[in-house]
Amino acid sequence: MALERDKHTAQHALLTLHESQLLDLYRRMTLIRRFEEKTAEMYSRGKITGFCHLYAGEEAVAVGAIYALYDKDYVVSTYREHGHCLAKGAEPRVVMAELFGKATGISRGRGGSMHLFDQDLRFMGGYAIVGGGLPIACGLALAVSYNEGPEVVCCFFGDGALPQGAFHETLNMASLWKLPLVFICENNFYGMGTLVQNAISQEELYRFAEPYKMPGVRVDGMDVLDVYGATMEAVARARAGDGPSLIEAVTYRFRGHSMSDPAEYRSKREERIWQERDPIKNLRRRLLTEKRATESKLGEVENEVAATIDDAIKFADESPEPSMDELGKGVYASEDK
Amino acid sequence: MAQITYREALNQALREELDRDERVFIMGEEVGYFGGAFKVTDGLLAVYGEKRVRDTPISELTIVGAGIGAAMGGLKPIVELMTINFALLAIDQIVNSAAKIHFMFGGKATVPLVIRAPQGGGHQLGAQHSQSLEAYFLHCPGLRVVIPATPADAKGLLKTAIRQIDPVMFLEHESLYGVKGEVPEDPEFMVPFGQANVIREGKDVTIVTYSKCVYDAIAAAEVLENSGIDAEIVDLRTLNPLDMATVVTSVKKTGRAIVAYEGWRTGGAGAEIAAQIHEAAFDSLDAPVVRVAALDSPMPYNKHLEHASLPSAGDIVKAAEQLT
Repeated sequence: MALERDKHTAQHALLTLHESQLLDLYRRMTLIRRFEEKTAEMYSRGKITGFCHLYAGEEAVAVGAIYALYDKDYVVSTYREHGHCLAKGAEPRVVMAELFGKATGISRGRGGSMHLFDQDLRFMGGYAIVGGGLPIACGLALAVSYNEGPEVVCCFFGDGALPQGAFHETLNMASLWKLPLVFICENNFYGMGTLVQNAISQEELYRFAEPYKMPGVRVDGMDVLDVYGATMEAVARARAGDGPSLIEAVTYRFRGHSMSDPAEYRSKREERIWQERDPIKNLRRRLLTEKRATESKLGEVENEVAATIDDAIKFADESPEPSMDELGKGVYASEDK
Repeated sequence: MAQITYREALNQALREELDRDERVFIMGEEVGYFGGAFKVTDGLLAVYGEKRVRDTPISELTIVGAGIGAAMGGLKPIVELMTINFALLAIDQIVNSAAKIHFMFGGKATVPLVIRAPQGGGHQLGAQHSQSLEAYFLHCPGLRVVIPATPADAKGLLKTAIRQIDPVMFLEHESLYGVKGEVPEDPEFMVPFGQANVIREGKDVTIVTYSKCVYDAIAAAEVLENSGIDAEIVDLRTLNPLDMATVVTSVKKTGRAIVAYEGWRTGGAGAEIAAQIHEAAFDSLDAPVVRVAALDSPMPYNKHLEHASLPSAGDIVKAAEQLT
């Protein structure tokens, strides 16, 4: 049932979006892919260290969902958040500089890959404890509701967060108080190396919406238009004061859990099948088949994106390290100069 | 000045701040219709309504997390945890989120959140409901730890906590809610963080303490006076920021120090304070700093065993007599 609906939603989005919007979706996804490919390269060159979780393969989820939001809407994310942060409008330069640990980074080199944040963009942070962002998203939505504001809070988390208490507490509270929240579960089948069916008693994750009396839907997380369409519906519902929704976006990460994971728990065959469902290649093919974009326009976007990411690398590389004078400072807001 | 209880002083502070700032609201288990498990929020729902005095489900992790999110979203939440023992269900959000958000997000986010919780033993509530956990929070950079002993400090410190921008653990003591004292009625009455209070001057020994043990120290000082020992009492009032300057000045004068606190002896706040005294005033000490604290054991239910597990005025007297 859910899949029938999905195709319809995606087709509807394809027909109703303007060419420039479709191109914008393509540009955003390509930007994230290119960013992540370069991040992997910089990691292997030792320019980036620490934990680093890449989003390649899942671009359609962040881009599709965030495209359904206004700038003033909030996004709360996880430790696999480069994609969400870029999709919310962060400059690749400052995100890359953060991964390099530089003073010019989006979190001044204090946060790293897992703790990107920008209040002005209403990108409310990457949280590196599984499920840790959910209660915070609940609080942001409570603040919106308290102020009778028009904003919506979009909270991303992985399938790994579903068995956490924070997920159930938050869904209960959000539904109880009819908060303007959209929960987006990125189901990439593995919590690190553990299969969903080995961790969660109900593997149709969208069904967790039901006990909390909110709509739940499973969408094709490899189809940006499907994610966009479903999120539009959930956002409209939240903005109208009808409360939260849960969207399960079925997707796949093309790399391991983090840079240090060769993903030996997955078969090459499985990986190939999903590579064929590459959300970027598929959108490209579709736009050309349906004559919604030309080869030259798409090529232009790709070149533009490549230049933007090269510039981001250069900026990050040339940026200064944080000053040693900063050491021990910034712990208490009340002590900031 | 009016004589009111510690509980009433807290209630007054909450009312004044709810009146002063529309962004201030209270959230927690039983804070509304029940009036608070310890009646600190009694009567507030009727005046301020459900929006500003919000009953929550029993979900400590998300109550605190939602407090953090609401603070980041521009509000000034006061979260009540029914007792500090339940803070352990929320420790992830307290330590991994509240304490770190300002720092790890490059200084661009603030979390002006107050988490109020009563703690302490003495009521035969058994092992899981009698703890004093201030050391857990003192250990973690990024959290303010406020722990008032008197009604006036309870009011003045709570108002300061609500008006400043760092996340605060505001730790009340279950045994102090009925204690009466003089409390200024001025709505601008505030007690600043990081200023210890010398509540009794003396020349022979310094008793560094906070929360309920302040009263044990006062009782001990009276006994000691009869045996010719003149004790000085320093009530720390806040553990973060920690006013070691006042403590060190006192110790340099008396040459001896006792740290009295209700947390477990091992790894307690008193261990940190004792270490800092040794580091800052070793040459002035006539004897090593002594800790008077709770026994390193889960709290027994039995009345006599519980009493013996907790630090008392008698323990402080004994320690002072051995020191001098």
